[in-house]
Amino acid sequence: MSATATPAIDGWFTTGPEPALVGSRCTACTTVYFPPTSGFCRNPACSGEEFERVELSRRGTVWSYTDAQYQPPAPYVPAADPYVPFALAAVELPEGLTVLGQVAAGYGVADLRVGAEAELVVETLYTDESGERSIWRWKPVAELGEEADQ
Amino acid sequence: MSAREVAVLGVGMHPWGKWGKPFVEYGVHAARAALADAGVAWTDVDLVVGGETVRNGYGGYVAGATFAQALGWNGARVATSYAACATGAQALDTARARILAGLSEVALVVGADTTPKGFLAPNAGERWDDPDWLRFRLLGMTNPAYFALYARRRMDLFGATSEDFAQVKVKNAKHGLANPYARYRKEVAVADVLGSAVVSDPLHLLDICATSDGAAAVLVTSTEYAARHGLRNGGGDMVKIAGISTVTPTFPNTVMDMPNLSTDSSLAVGEPERTFKASIGHAAYEEAGVSPADVDVAEVYDLSTALELDWIEDLALCGPGEAEKLLRAGDTTIGGRIPVNPSGGLACFGEAVPAQALAQVCELTWQLRGQAEGRQVEGARVGITANQGLFGHGSSVVLTR
Repeated sequence: MSATATPAIDGWFTTGPEPALVGSRCTACTTVYFPPTSGFCRNPACSGEEFERVELSRRGTVWSYTDAQYQPPAPYVPAADPYVPFALAAVELPEGLTVLGQVAAGYGVADLRVGAEAELVVETLYTDESGERSIWRWKPVAELGEEADQ
Repeated sequence: MSAREVAVLGVGMHPWGKWGKPFVEYGVHAARAALADAGVAWTDVDLVVGGETVRNGYGGYVAGATFAQALGWNGARVATSYAACATGAQALDTARARILAGLSEVALVVGADTTPKGFLAPNAGERWDDPDWLRFRLLGMTNPAYFALYARRRMDLFGATSEDFAQVKVKNAKHGLANPYARYRKEVAVADVLGSAVVSDPLHLLDICATSDGAAAVLVTSTEYAARHGLRNGGGDMVKIAGISTVTPTFPNTVMDMPNLSTDSSLAVGEPERTFKASIGHAAYEEAGVSPADVDVAEVYDLSTALELDWIEDLALCGPGEAEKLLRAGDTTIGGRIPVNPSGGLACFGEAVPAQALAQVCELTWQLRGQAEGRQVEGARVGITANQGLFGHGSSVVLTR
């Protein structure tokens, strides 16, 4: 990914050496939301209407995972022609929520299992007229005793 | 609870398939079949509820009126429901509510769809505030990918195997062989499933249901009206609606649901007592006053083979992680302890969204009347349906005789 890449969506994640998802925390009940939200807290017992921006933990545990062996339909934008399959993971964060993401380039379902650790990275999703567009992804964290060959 | 009860007097379907015709034709076909089954004249219907189809233009958005006009304007009240996969059940609930309230006497509920080929894709246009659009743009997250997440959890947590999932398909294919409304009526072997292409690991093409054209209709009245008019109820025992659940999730919804990119957080509030899917069945049981042990037959939403196993547990027909054991023992096969999807399920039908929840009710009605030729669950008295769709929609219907 080049240094000029811009996020595919504004305000959902930070970039740089230690990227993180950006959530919203209700100032009344402290419930955290991702994607970031505004307006009204969705906790039915909370009347909060103010949120503060919060960066979510960069590491979590894999809730489940799969892959996309066929090219998804539009508005998915293929990154390569011919299509290259990619893996997907849902990762539970210490903030008590699970967030979907593609899995980092070079990793597949064989590198994942439920309960394993994953870390957030930012990589190129696709390239359009404005250049490379980046997205958050989940990268398996190699366990002790395993070769970190990626 | 009111002393008034709602009877399913007539059911009808248009065969599922890819027929290339307008959805209205399928719907009218099913509606006329339900009317004939009930022995009720269209001119006696005073409420029409349509299940909305989102892919068929304005006529689909106002499905209730579209069907009413196609059947010939008769002055009936009209309503249209949309609740994703639960559309048909929500439409039926609307009809039931007006009958229970004494506001309507004879209600016709119709759902029909014409579906596209391949992956279900979101509506067109750039919609950066719509999670159903964003999940494709940002993640390439298709419906089968969500189904695959649930399937993988069964494997990693409960030791389910690809062979187990394939066995669900084998069972349902066998169940559907004699169903005249099923689209696929062909035996399938485990090797066929495992030999089909992997779509989203661990799910193969034959683990995932197709999308189909189809229609289903249900004619409901109060039991009092049926008795007063000596209606013959399709020639079988009187089938009654004992409960309809259309509950929404309870915050925080901590299970990843289509089309969301994330779950709610449980950090500040704590996990709810039940997951959304478990709460759908729980509410139906509670309203019907029956327990899972009373259930003789279930029609559940097998969008994927593995999802049928999830539903068996969510309906409390067994404990968590035990569905594979039931499957392997033949308990969920016709003739077993608790047959699941005797119609053949979505595996044999393919999904026709606004019709599917009503098709489940049609099947249970035939089962409870003893009219499910070639796929009858002997002596069935209590049946339950279950499904879940996008955006917090789900339903479960309990029928009894």
